[in-house]
Amino acid sequence: MKRSVFINGIGAVTAQGVWRPEIFSDAQVIADAITPADQPSYKGLISPGVIRRMSRGMKMGIYAAKQALEEASVTIPDAIVTGTGLGCSEDSDKFLRSLWENEEQFLTPTSFIQSTHNTVAAQIALQLQCKGYNVTYVNGAISFESALLDTLMLLQMGEGDNVLLGGVDEVAEQTYSYLQAGGYIKAGSIHETVKTSVSPGVNYAEGAHFFSMGGHKIASSYGEVVDVVLQNDLEPSEVSSFLQSFIATNDLRPDDMDAVILGYNGDEQDDLFYSAIQLELPAATSLYYKHLSGQFDSCSAFGLAAAAFVMKYQTVPPVLYWNEKNYPKTTWRNILLYNQYQGKDHALVFVRAC
Amino acid sequence: MTALKEELKRQIIEVLNLEDITPADIQDEEVLFGEGLGLDSIDALELIVLMDKTYGIKLSDPKKGRDIFQSVETMAAYISENRTK
Repeated sequence: MKRSVFINGIGAVTAQGVWRPEIFSDAQVIADAITPADQPSYKGLISPGVIRRMSRGMKMGIYAAKQALEEASVTIPDAIVTGTGLGCSEDSDKFLRSLWENEEQFLTPTSFIQSTHNTVAAQIALQLQCKGYNVTYVNGAISFESALLDTLMLLQMGEGDNVLLGGVDEVAEQTYSYLQAGGYIKAGSIHETVKTSVSPGVNYAEGAHFFSMGGHKIASSYGEVVDVVLQNDLEPSEVSSFLQSFIATNDLRPDDMDAVILGYNGDEQDDLFYSAIQLELPAATSLYYKHLSGQFDSCSAFGLAAAAFVMKYQTVPPVLYWNEKNYPKTTWRNILLYNQYQGKDHALVFVRAC
Repeated sequence: MTALKEELKRQIIEVLNLEDITPADIQDEEVLFGEGLGLDSIDALELIVLMDKTYGIKLSDPKKGRDIFQSVETMAAYISENRTK
C-alpha cells in the first residue's frame, strides 16, 4: 500500500524575500523584466572559506534547505532530490566567458567545477554530511515536478522517511541577456505585470525553494502531496483530457477541487492552456503566483509553497486570487496545480489538506 | 616593489573572492596557505593561472610553487625577477 507524503517544512529565497508567514501579505507584484531574489544574510550559515566560492544559486539553495529541514526538525534527510532548468548558470557564464576572452587559455578551476547542474544538491549534502540518494533533475520547466515525482515514489514505497526536495534557478547575466534577445524575457525598458502584459516575453526572476517531505504527518505539516503527472507536449485542445484523466485516476470529480493554482505568466500563448483548465474546473477558485515569483524553470515550486500556505492556514492571501470576484469559501481541502511553459512541460500536482 | 605588492594583494582578493578582506588586511610576509590567509589547493590553481595570465610566468614545477606562494612578499619577488608581461 502506498504511504501518504506530507510537506513538513518549507524554506525559500525568492523575489519576495525568504519564506515566512508574512511572505504573501508583504508581497510586491513584479513589474521588471528581470528581478533578482531578495537575498538574506548568509553569515553564520556557511563558513567564510566556503561561501566565497559560491554563486547565488548555491547560497540560496543552502539557506532554503536549512530553513525547510529546521521547520520539520530533520537533521539529515534520507535523500536529497532537486530540480533545476539551468543549474549554476552564473558559473557556466563565468567559465565560458573566460574560455572566450582568454582564447581557451588561463582557465581557472572553480567556475568549471561549480558549473554543473547538481552542484547545489551536492553542496547541501556536503554541508549536512548526507551520504544518501542524491539526484538532480534537469528537465526544463518540469525539472521541479520531476524531482517531486521521484520524491513521491521514494516516500510512497517506503524507501525513506524524509526527503529534502528542492528547486533552484539563478539569474546569470549572459544567459538571461540571450533569453532577452530571443524574446523569452521582456525588454529591460518594459514595466508590465502578469495581468497588464501586452509586449512579448515574460518577467523572469530566480529563487530556491525547498520542502522537507516526510512519510509521517507532524505538527508543522502543511498538507499532503497526493499525485503528480508530467507530459512533455500538449495542444490546448488536449488539456481537457489530460486533466480529466488525472482527476479520474485520483477518484475525484472536477467539483471536488477547491482551488486551482495556475502558472499564468503574462504570455498570451501560455494563457490558452490555463484558461482551458479554468473552463474544466468552474467550481474551483483560480489562483496564480508568477506575478510574485517571476518565471524561471523551477518557479512552480513557489506555486507548491503557495498551495501549502493555503492548506496550512486555511485562507487564501488576497494577492493570489486570479479573479476579482470569488465565491466565498471557508475550507480549502483539495488543490490542483497546473504549470507549463510555451506549450511544453505540462505538470499537474494534486495536494490535499491534512 | 611596493606597488607590485599592493597590485598583487588586490588581484588575490579579486581572483579568490576574499569577502570582507582589504589589501590592508594582508601583511606582506603573512603565510597565504594553511594558517594565515587560509588558502587551499584550489586557490593555488587560481594563483598559477593569475601568474600566467597577468605576468606571463608559467609554473611547471609544483615544488617551486610551495616557496613562491609562501607570502605576497615571495610572490612579488619571483614576479619581478621572472615576469614577461
